[in-house]
Amino acid sequence: MSRYLLDKFLYTVDRDPDLVERYREDPAGTVAWWERERAGQLLNCLVSERTTWLAFTDEERDALVRQDHVALFQLGAHPFLTLTLFIAMFERDHGPLEYQKAYGRAMQHLSLPYPDIAT
Amino acid sequence: MATVAAVVASTHHPFYYRASTSTGDERPPFADAWVAKVEAFRETLTRAEPDVLVMVGSDHFHQLWLDNMPQFLVGKAPFFDANWYNEEREFGLPRMVLKGEEALAAHILREGLDAGFDLAFSNELRIDHSITCPIITLRPQADLPIVPVYTNIFAPPLPQPRRFVELGRTLRRLVESWPVDKRVAIIGTGHLSLELGGPRQFGEHGPDPEFDRRAVDWIASGDVEGCLAEVTLDSLHAPGNATHGFMDFMLMMGVAGDGAKADHVDTLDLFHTMEAYFTWYPEGVPA
Repeated sequence: MSRYLLDKFLYTVDRDPDLVERYREDPAGTVAWWERERAGQLLNCLVSERTTWLAFTDEERDALVRQDHVALFQLGAHPFLTLTLFIAMFERDHGPLEYQKAYGRAMQHLSLPYPDIAT
Repeated sequence: MATVAAVVASTHHPFYYRASTSTGDERPPFADAWVAKVEAFRETLTRAEPDVLVMVGSDHFHQLWLDNMPQFLVGKAPFFDANWYNEEREFGLPRMVLKGEEALAAHILREGLDAGFDLAFSNELRIDHSITCPIITLRPQADLPIVPVYTNIFAPPLPQPRRFVELGRTLRRLVESWPVDKRVAIIGTGHLSLELGGPRQFGEHGPDPEFDRRAVDWIASGDVEGCLAEVTLDSLHAPGNATHGFMDFMLMMGVAGDGAKADHVDTLDLFHTMEAYFTWYPEGVPA
C-alpha cells in the first residue's frame, strides 16, 4: 500500500497543466515516466536529494493507468485530488456537470464507511 | 486595544464568482437570488467598518501538502498572492494580490503559542479560494489587509472538533488583546454537508439536508456545547465525505462565543451544497 505515493501522483499532475494533458493523452506512458523520474523527487528540494524507496503496488499502478476513479477511491486515494484532476481531464468532453454526476453514479455501489484516506 | 467589529462565517462555494458574473444563456437560473443574498450578507460587513480582516480558511492541497502538513498555520507576510492554476481552470477565479497585516499576525503567533497552540507560520503563502471566495463575496474591492489562518480539515489525522472551538475562542482573545486601536473583523469559511469525489456528490442539494438544518441551528443560536455533544471526527463522515470542513464553522462559533446568537442568518439551498451566511456584532448592531 503506497497511499501517499498515489496522492503524490494526483497532486503533482493536477497542479501542472502540461502534466494534466500528458496524463490524459498517454496514461500508461505518463505513469511509467512519473514513477521512474518523479516519484522520489522531494518537493522543494534538489533532485540529488531524492527519496530512494517509493514505488506503487501493481494494483495502484494499474488503477492509475486505467484512470479508474472507482478503483482509486477504493484504494484510499484522497477523493478531492482524484476528482479535481479527473474533472480537468474529462469535463471538457461532456455537458455542464454531466461528467461530475456520472463520476458519482459510477460509485453508487459504494457505501459508508468509505475507505480510509489517512496516509 | 483592538475591537472585534464583526464575526462572519459562511460557506465558500467556488462557483459564486462565475455564477454572479455570467450573462445571457451562461447565467444559471439561481444566480440572481444568490447575488441578492450575498449582497445583503456583504452589507453586514460593510456596516461594521473594519480596518483589518482575520480570515480563517483551509488550503485545498495547493501549497500545504502531505510531506509537511501543519494543523493550524498563520500567514505572516506583507502581501499574499492568491488563487491557483487549477482554481482558474475549474472555477474561473481571477488572480489576486491581498495586503497582509504583519503586526497582527506576529501578535497572534506569539500570544497563540503562549496560549497553548503550536501554530505554524508561513512568510510566503499563496492563498486559495477558501479565503478569496469570502473576499469576493464580502469585500470585492479587496482593499483591507488580512491575516490568513489555515486549518487542516481534510488530511487525516485531523485535530478534534473541540480543538477548533478552542482555537476560535483563543483567536477572539488574541485579537482583542492586540494593542492597536483598529477594528478587526474575523471571517471564516467552512462547509455544511458536502461530498467530493464520492457517490453522493453533485446532487440536487447538499448530501444531508437534515444535518444542514441542525448545523444552521447550532451556529445561529451559538449552541457550542450542543454541537460538540453530537459532532465527532467519526460522525462527520456520515453527512458527506468533505463535511469535516464544518469544523471551521465550529471554530467561528468559538470566536462568536457560547450562546451568542447571530445577528444575520441566511441560507440558500443550491445543488451540491447549502450556502449559509452568519454575522455577529460583538459590540452591538451598527447603527
